[in-house]
Amino acid sequence: MNRLSWFNTVSLTLGFAFLYIPMVILVIYSFNESKLVTVWAGFSTKWYGQLLKDQAFLNAAWVTLKVAVLSSTIATVLGTMAAYVMVRSGRFFGRTLFSGMIYAPLVMPEVITGLSLLLLFIGIGLDRGVMTIVLAHTTFSMCYVSVVVSSRLVTFDKSLEEAALDLGCTPAEAFRLVTLPIIAPAVVSGWLLAFTLSLDDLVIASFTSGPSSTTLPIKIFSAVRLGVSPEINALSTVMIGIVTVGVIATSLITKTQKVRQQRDEQEAARTQE
Amino acid sequence: MRRFFLIAVPYLWLLALFLVPFIIVLKISLSDTALAIPPYTPTLDFSAGWQGIKEFLTGLDLENFVWLTEDDLYWKAYLSSLMIALISTALTLLVGYPIAYGMARAPEEWRATLMMLIILPFWTSFLIRVYAWIGILSQEGVLNQFLLWTGLIDQPLIILNTKIAVYIGIVYTYLPFMILPIYAALDRLDESLIEAAEDLGCSRLSAFWLVTIPLSRNGIVAGCFLVFIPALGEFVIPSLLGGSGTLMIGKVLWEEFFSNRDWPVASAVAIVLLAILVIPIVLFQRNQQKQAEAEQ
Repeated sequence: MNRLSWFNTVSLTLGFAFLYIPMVILVIYSFNESKLVTVWAGFSTKWYGQLLKDQAFLNAAWVTLKVAVLSSTIATVLGTMAAYVMVRSGRFFGRTLFSGMIYAPLVMPEVITGLSLLLLFIGIGLDRGVMTIVLAHTTFSMCYVSVVVSSRLVTFDKSLEEAALDLGCTPAEAFRLVTLPIIAPAVVSGWLLAFTLSLDDLVIASFTSGPSSTTLPIKIFSAVRLGVSPEINALSTVMIGIVTVGVIATSLITKTQKVRQQRDEQEAARTQE
Repeated sequence: MRRFFLIAVPYLWLLALFLVPFIIVLKISLSDTALAIPPYTPTLDFSAGWQGIKEFLTGLDLENFVWLTEDDLYWKAYLSSLMIALISTALTLLVGYPIAYGMARAPEEWRATLMMLIILPFWTSFLIRVYAWIGILSQEGVLNQFLLWTGLIDQPLIILNTKIAVYIGIVYTYLPFMILPIYAALDRLDESLIEAAEDLGCSRLSAFWLVTIPLSRNGIVAGCFLVFIPALGEFVIPSLLGGSGTLMIGKVLWEEFFSNRDWPVASAVAIVLLAILVIPIVLFQRNQQKQAEAEQ
């Protein structure tokens, strides 16, 4: 049964058409000469030029990038710690509350997370700006990181760590030399997830940003509310392009790594014989 | 000592930035609107000692929640959010199941690529994916132009700023969440079971109903919750595609806070939304646990 039946062919074709045609249309119209998005008036790259000259967009992109790098890095550290605690630390006081606080932000509606953080920041008199967005993004993305990392830690052979400890490693060395290299792929994908979540977030950033710290999604949202504009199409095309290259590159890298790992294992098996 | 540090840092972070803010929302939902900043009373004054705390507690009441039941805007918004989330979850299942099924039946060497093609849109900006539909669904948009050109219609259809546009938006953006768990379930499914059913006289269709669907049940349930839960509190899709006529509670909360600046009511709206969400979240957790146990 390795041939696709006509039904499966049709459903896959229609399904992927549904997923991709809207984005293709978006990209096509970013090269439209006319300001009216719905009328095709010939090929042009002028909207990209205009985008590069638009200082407000460039500023917003810079703020977004800063927030994403900072928050995803802190979130990766905190999330990995949290995952380690959840999987390895056994019982401790308030464990149930801790695991609840890790899973709750995953299902919390963004409007509520945003509202509650804003009320906190106002309550303690913290001025809203890049820092408050970083705090907010770190909080929800560390939970995603911890879920990704702990799923790797669960399948991890604990005896490797114990062997390192028996051979004279301190716990910190055992973590750095044995655990970290093994869970590294999960940590990296956790960081990537946190990074994209931060780049993408509109709702929580709208609640926690100040007037001088507009992020790209906030800027896009306020522009889009006024209707479709070719400049936004150009910006979207750039973003889609970056993501596509990133995802394809990552999947190719993991694929070659897998192939290499398999080859190494085969080689090791052969030398043992 | 090291263990203590390892637990304390993420713990304190979550307490300070997740639990405390949530308690503040709860507290403000019980407060009264006032025209200062912050626009609510009473405020807790620790310097007044025990007397201050007592005064503070007597100042709290359920007035905002009563207000939510009296003004029919709110319960209409909750109801319409529930309806929209339910209908779009069902639609996502109808669209997603055949795709997941096709993927699970595709030749082995295609599957990794198909999987990547499903995940790719998930990494692309949510906002951009919603925005793409404005240009398609608007009155002079691509879809209407196409339909007019084919002669199927002679008047442009009005889709943007209706509920239909919201359904399309939710199905489109949450489709990967539906496909992935169903695909995972179908991928594990032992094909010889279907062959056995067919050998025993089932038609293909009844084998599908009696064997494939029940065995992928866990995936279907997980996918439905993964779509339903975020769809219920959705803000971006109704505000960009739904127009002023589509009521959803996420949008109401946003406007209550940013336009009306009524913090106590906005907080009360948030608390009630959470109370509604608790039921599907608990059911979802239970489904996941059952699945994990079944796998062991």
